[in-house]
Amino acid sequence: MRSLSGPGSSDAAIRLTGIVNAFGPHVVHDGLELTVRRGEILGLVGGSGSGKSVLLRTIVGLLRPRAGRVEVLGADLFALRPAARRALQARWGVLFQDGALFSSLTVRENVQVPLVERLGLKGPLLDELAAVKLGLVGLGADAADKLPAELSGGMRKRAGLARALAMDPEIVLLDEPTAGLDPIAAAAFDELILSLHAALGLTVVMITHDVDSLVRITDRVAVLLNKRCIVATLEELRAYDDPWLRAYFGGPRGRAAIAAGDKED
Amino acid sequence: MVAAGAWTVDHAVWLDRQVQQRLGALPASIRRLTVRLDGLDQLDAAGAWLLERSARQLRAAGVEVAFRGLSGPRARLVERVGEAAGETLLAPPVRRTWLGRELERLGATTVAMIGEALALLAFLGAIVTTLLGTLVRPWRLRLTSFSAHVVQTGVEALPIVGLLSFLIGMVLAFQGASELTRFGADIFTVNLLAISILREIGVLMTAIIVAGRSGSAFTAQIGTMVVNEEVDALRTLGLDPMEVLVLPRVLALVVALPLLAFFANVMGLLGGGLMIVLVLDIPLTLFLEQLRTAATPMQLFVGLVKAPVFAFVIAMVGCRNGLRVQGDAASVGRLTTQAVVTSIFLVIVIDAAFSILFNVLGI
Repeated sequence: MRSLSGPGSSDAAIRLTGIVNAFGPHVVHDGLELTVRRGEILGLVGGSGSGKSVLLRTIVGLLRPRAGRVEVLGADLFALRPAARRALQARWGVLFQDGALFSSLTVRENVQVPLVERLGLKGPLLDELAAVKLGLVGLGADAADKLPAELSGGMRKRAGLARALAMDPEIVLLDEPTAGLDPIAAAAFDELILSLHAALGLTVVMITHDVDSLVRITDRVAVLLNKRCIVATLEELRAYDDPWLRAYFGGPRGRAAIAAGDKED
Repeated sequence: MVAAGAWTVDHAVWLDRQVQQRLGALPASIRRLTVRLDGLDQLDAAGAWLLERSARQLRAAGVEVAFRGLSGPRARLVERVGEAAGETLLAPPVRRTWLGRELERLGATTVAMIGEALALLAFLGAIVTTLLGTLVRPWRLRLTSFSAHVVQTGVEALPIVGLLSFLIGMVLAFQGASELTRFGADIFTVNLLAISILREIGVLMTAIIVAGRSGSAFTAQIGTMVVNEEVDALRTLGLDPMEVLVLPRVLALVVALPLLAFFANVMGLLGGGLMIVLVLDIPLTLFLEQLRTAATPMQLFVGLVKAPVFAFVIAMVGCRNGLRVQGDAASVGRLTTQAVVTSIFLVIVIDAAFSILFNVLGI
C-alpha cells in the first residue's frame, strides 16, 4: 500500500492530456483530457461506441494514441523504456470484461502467474499469497482448483479481480465489472470493490453501464461525450445540459437508481 | 522486535526468509512479544500476510503477540488479509506422485477413447436416421446450404488438390523410373504411375487434404455456433441441428470428394506423364498406348469407390466434434485439431480395410 505511506509525488494517479485515438478515418477521441486522483473511485460512462474500452486500452498501454500524453503514477507511459514500462505495469491491475482468465490454468494458477513470472516466488508462500488474494475477493478453496470454464460468470470476474490484485497494484481498472451479473451478484461485486478500496487503498477506474453501481460506489464520474470527456460528481452531471446525459440519468432506470441512492443517504 | 522499511510483494521472498530466521532464533522460553511497526514505510497485502502469518505461528506456540504503532488503515488491512486467508487456508492443492498421475491419465484417456468411439457410432446412427427421413421427404433438404458447401469444400479446393496431385505424380514417375530403368523396364513406369495414382494416391491425398481443409472448417463453424448458443437457438425454434447443419455438410462432401478425387487422378497422371515424356524420352504415343492398357476402368473404380466413404467419415467427425464444443472458445481450437487427427486416422484405417477387401475379392 504505497499510497498509505503518505502523500506521493503527485496526487494524480492517471493524467491524460490531448489524447487523439482514431481507427482509419473514424475518430474516437479528439483532444481528450482526464485526470484520476489517487485513492478515488472513478466511474467511466458513455454510449455504445463512444470509446470507453478504447480509453481503457490507452491507459494501460495496449493502444498507442495518435497524439497526446498518458501519464500513470507520474511517468509518461509511452516515453518509457521497455524495462521501466514493465515495472510500471506491475503497479496496476486490469479486470477485463469476462475475466480474461488463462483457460488452461486453474484459478489458483491464474492468480499465481504474475507472482511466479515477475517475482519468481515459489513454495508455500506462493500458495499462501494466492489464497489470501482469493480470500479477499471471496473465493473459497473449492473454487481455487477449478478451471475457468467450470466457474459461473460472477466467479470468473472475482477470479479475474484476484489476478489483477496479485501484484498489490495501486490502481485497478475494471471493464464493466457488473455487466452480465444478476442484481444480487452485481450488488455484492460493488460491495467487494468498496471493501477492497477501503482495505487496500486502491485507486479504481471502472467502466460501467450500471447506474446503481455509479450511485453506490463512485466518487466521481467521467462521461465520454463528443469525443471528449467531462468529469464531475453525479449531482453536477444531473444538472448538466446535454441530451445524452439527460436521457441517461433522466430515463426510468437512471431515475430509479438515483432515487434509491438518495433514500439511502 | 522491530519491523521497518517496505513490506511489499516485491520484497516478499527476502522478507519471508528473514522473518523465518528471526522467529527461529527466538528463545523457547519467550511468552510475550511486542512488534514495533512505526518504522514501516510501506505495507501491502503481501506484507500484511507475512505479519499475520508470523503472529499465527507464534500464537500457536503459546506466545502472546502484539503489534504496536500500526496506523488505522494498516491495522484494518492486516485484519482483512487475516480474514481472507482464514477462508481459504490452508488447503494446499492435492499433489500426487508421478506414477499416480501417469496412471490416472492413462485410465482417463482410455475411458475417454472408448466413450468417444461409442459416441461416434451413435452419431453415425443419428445421421443415417436423418438421412432416411430426408429420403422420405426430400423437400426438407437444405439445397442452399448444400450447394454452398459443395462450392466451399469442392470447387474452392480444386487449385490446391490439383497442384499437389500434379507434383506427387511427377515425383512418383521420377522415383519409379530411376529404379525401373536399371532393369530396362522403364516403360513400366507408366503402369506404376497409373496403378498407384488411380488406386491409392489420388483419392488418399484428396481425402487428407479435404480432412485438413473442410473437416476442420466444419468443426470450427459448428463449434463457434455452439459457443454463441446459435445451436440452442435452432433447437428452440423447432429446427433440428442434424437436419440444418450436419446433413447438408455430409451430403455436400459426399458429392464433392469423389469429384475432387477424379480431378486429382487426372492431374496426377498429367504430372507423371509430363515427367515420363520429357525426362525419360518415351514418345507420347507410346506413353498413351501403355497408359490405355494400365489405367483400366476397374482401377479407376477401385480408387473412386472409396471416396464417398472417406467423405462421409470426414464430414461426420468434423460435425460431431463441432457439436461436442462446450462453453468456451478454447475448446473450439482443441476439438478442431482433434477432428483433423481423428478423420485422417480413420481414413487410413478404412483405406487399409478396403485393400484387404479388394485382395480377398481378387480385384
